Amino acid sequence: MNPELLLWVRSTGLQIAVAVFVLGMSYRILHLLMLGRKRSLAEARGSEWGGGLRTMWRRSFVSLALSPRGKFTVVAGYVFHLGFFITFLFLSQHIDLLRAVLGIGWPAMPRGIIDIAAVLAIGAMIALLVHRFVDPVKRLLSGFEDYLTWTLSFLPLLTGFMLLRGIGFEYVTLLTLHIASVELLLVAAPFTKLAHMFSTFIARWYNGAVNGFKGIKA
Amino acid sequence: MNGHDTLGERLAQQGISRRAFLKFCAAMASMMALPPGAATAIAEALVKAKRPSVIWLSFQECTGCTESLTRSHSPTLENLIFDMISLDYHHTLQAASGYGAEKSREDAMKEFFGSYLLLVDGSIPLNDGGIYSTIAGRTNLDLLQEAARGAAAIVAVGSCASFGGIPNAKPNPTGAVAVSDIVKDKPIINISGCPPIPAVITGVLAHYLTFGELPALDHLGRPTAFYGETIHDRCYRRPFYEQGKFAKSFDDEGARNGWCLFELGCKGPTTHNACATTKWNGGAGFPIEAGHGCLGCSEPHFWDAGSFYKPLPAPAADVTTVAQAAAVAGAGAAVALSALDRAKRKRAQQTREKLTVKDLN
Amino acid sequence: MNLQNIPIKIGAEEEYSIGNLRALFTEIATHLERLMRDGASGSIDLNSLPFAPGEYEQLRQALGQGEVSARIEAIGPSELIETRYPGVWWVTHYNVEGDIVADTLEITIIPEIIKSQPEDINTGLELLRARLNEEVQQ
Repeated sequence: MNPELLLWVRSTGLQIAVAVFVLGMSYRILHLLMLGRKRSLAEARGSEWGGGLRTMWRRSFVSLALSPRGKFTVVAGYVFHLGFFITFLFLSQHIDLLRAVLGIGWPAMPRGIIDIAAVLAIGAMIALLVHRFVDPVKRLLSGFEDYLTWTLSFLPLLTGFMLLRGIGFEYVTLLTLHIASVELLLVAAPFTKLAHMFSTFIARWYNGAVNGFKGIKA
Repeated sequence: MNGHDTLGERLAQQGISRRAFLKFCAAMASMMALPPGAATAIAEALVKAKRPSVIWLSFQECTGCTESLTRSHSPTLENLIFDMISLDYHHTLQAASGYGAEKSREDAMKEFFGSYLLLVDGSIPLNDGGIYSTIAGRTNLDLLQEAARGAAAIVAVGSCASFGGIPNAKPNPTGAVAVSDIVKDKPIINISGCPPIPAVITGVLAHYLTFGELPALDHLGRPTAFYGETIHDRCYRRPFYEQGKFAKSFDDEGARNGWCLFELGCKGPTTHNACATTKWNGGAGFPIEAGHGCLGCSEPHFWDAGSFYKPLPAPAADVTTVAQAAAVAGAGAAVALSALDRAKRKRAQQTREKLTVKDLN
Repeated sequence: MNLQNIPIKIGAEEEYSIGNLRALFTEIATHLERLMRDGASGSIDLNSLPFAPGEYEQLRQALGQGEVSARIEAIGPSELIETRYPGVWWVTHYNVEGDIVADTLEITIIPEIIKSQPEDINTGLELLRARLNEEVQQ
């Protein structure tokens, strides 16, 4: 593949993707927050922030038996998310990138762990897609956006794994594809359900806060 | 020009034994990165080869490529290569200069029109009519176009001639371009590198002289025998890369134990060249072996591809400022539009507007 | 850390290895098998292999020196030795300055370069005949 293309995705392409991502996300989240809530005129019975933080923590542990989404979706979802975070945040090449952009770095995890995490994440994603087709309820509910976000999340994992192992194409080609796939993900994120990466925690906080205000341990 | 008889005849005249000639062919096979068994085929082809005329034009360059070529080798065996070609013009190496030298160049080009080999080092500046590099009052562009017309093939020596090189780096004030940006109708081989490994230059010349045609080229016009693999593919420090053992600074423990230089900016993974196997200074070593990361000097725009000391994953442009500006813009938009939305909601409340499904979507 | 305090290691430790040698020996063994079976010679260009520092010396030690060593003087010296493994010859060509221009392992009965070449034999025969003629005339 043309080295000029690699240079573009490492410079201008990345700038565009980051600009769209940051602008889009900051707008969406801030707008959400600034729309405000209806003020409750009652006297507070408990703490909003206490409830909010508590719920953010507790909702991270899902009761499999009580979850309406079904055991499979929850487990596969967790495997994917954990694998994705471990790969993204603890592979030393990624830490190099984040250090260059944010100015801070942290120790990397051994390659063996990253490899396992990546394979599990890829496996979980494929399983989730299959389930989405096979399960009648999910199939009924799934639309273009669901398949699009699946693809945009899957490609970086797949191309990244191929790049690290040197599978299929030569390094320059795989690196270009990997960076390009990440840029597509970044550009699409603020406009799709991928914004849940920020809004999930806000939603959990809100649930907790509402209940905490009323003095309920939720 | 009398010196253009076959190599076999010349060797016999010089009293060089067949055994010495076979040794030379073995050296050529090694130089051309061919399998050692190819020495026999080389011997058969060379004995019949005629000495082609070679014209070397130096344009907007630092002369490093010529230096690399002439510095590297020792006299006799490599001189045989130069004995094998008739270097009819090289303004740095030749003793002659002035109108006489220019005339002999013109004579050679006329006599061997269609069959001479044109070697070019240096980029060609195009801005302001190309006045930023001239020889004898003529622009490089003019000289190149004229010389290219009668050339059998063109060899662009060095990254400047192959891709534009350092003069082509931002902001490219002279409008420097590569040979292939100007000449479109002749076979061009790019021997990139800043400078290229001397053995690669002579290996390509040897190939052309032996087989009468250019070797197999990649999509950027570089010979695959030497540029087919990346430094990373053949780097002896590769096991450290795979194990995640990286040197973090230039004289730390890892660096002194020979660990991978990826985090110190090595561009080996994206650089195609023969440095890791053929090496430099007669095989003495190459940058990574000396403890410094690869600069990527045989790739286009290597000077603009991000800092030599920031790792490959680091962006090649300023992303942090863009992110900060985008955050400010996003926040500003959020503030502005939220104000508008709140005003809309207040108005709706005051006028007792009914909530509809449309509002919830 | 002061530049003066960085210890200098000359050459490389014996233990430093990246596994090139084992791969090389396997290839040599394969060539030897072919030599025995089909009489086919093989060669390995050492110039093209990425040796880690010290590995080249380790290879020399491992292959060692057998019963034969030869030296050729033809536009610079060339050194040939049969290693401790018969049939495995180490051929190194030097130019007049002493730089290595070709460095190969040849797995063969006898390397081509040692043999007398027909063209040279012919030239020698003519010279000998001329000398005999001279002596007759005297």
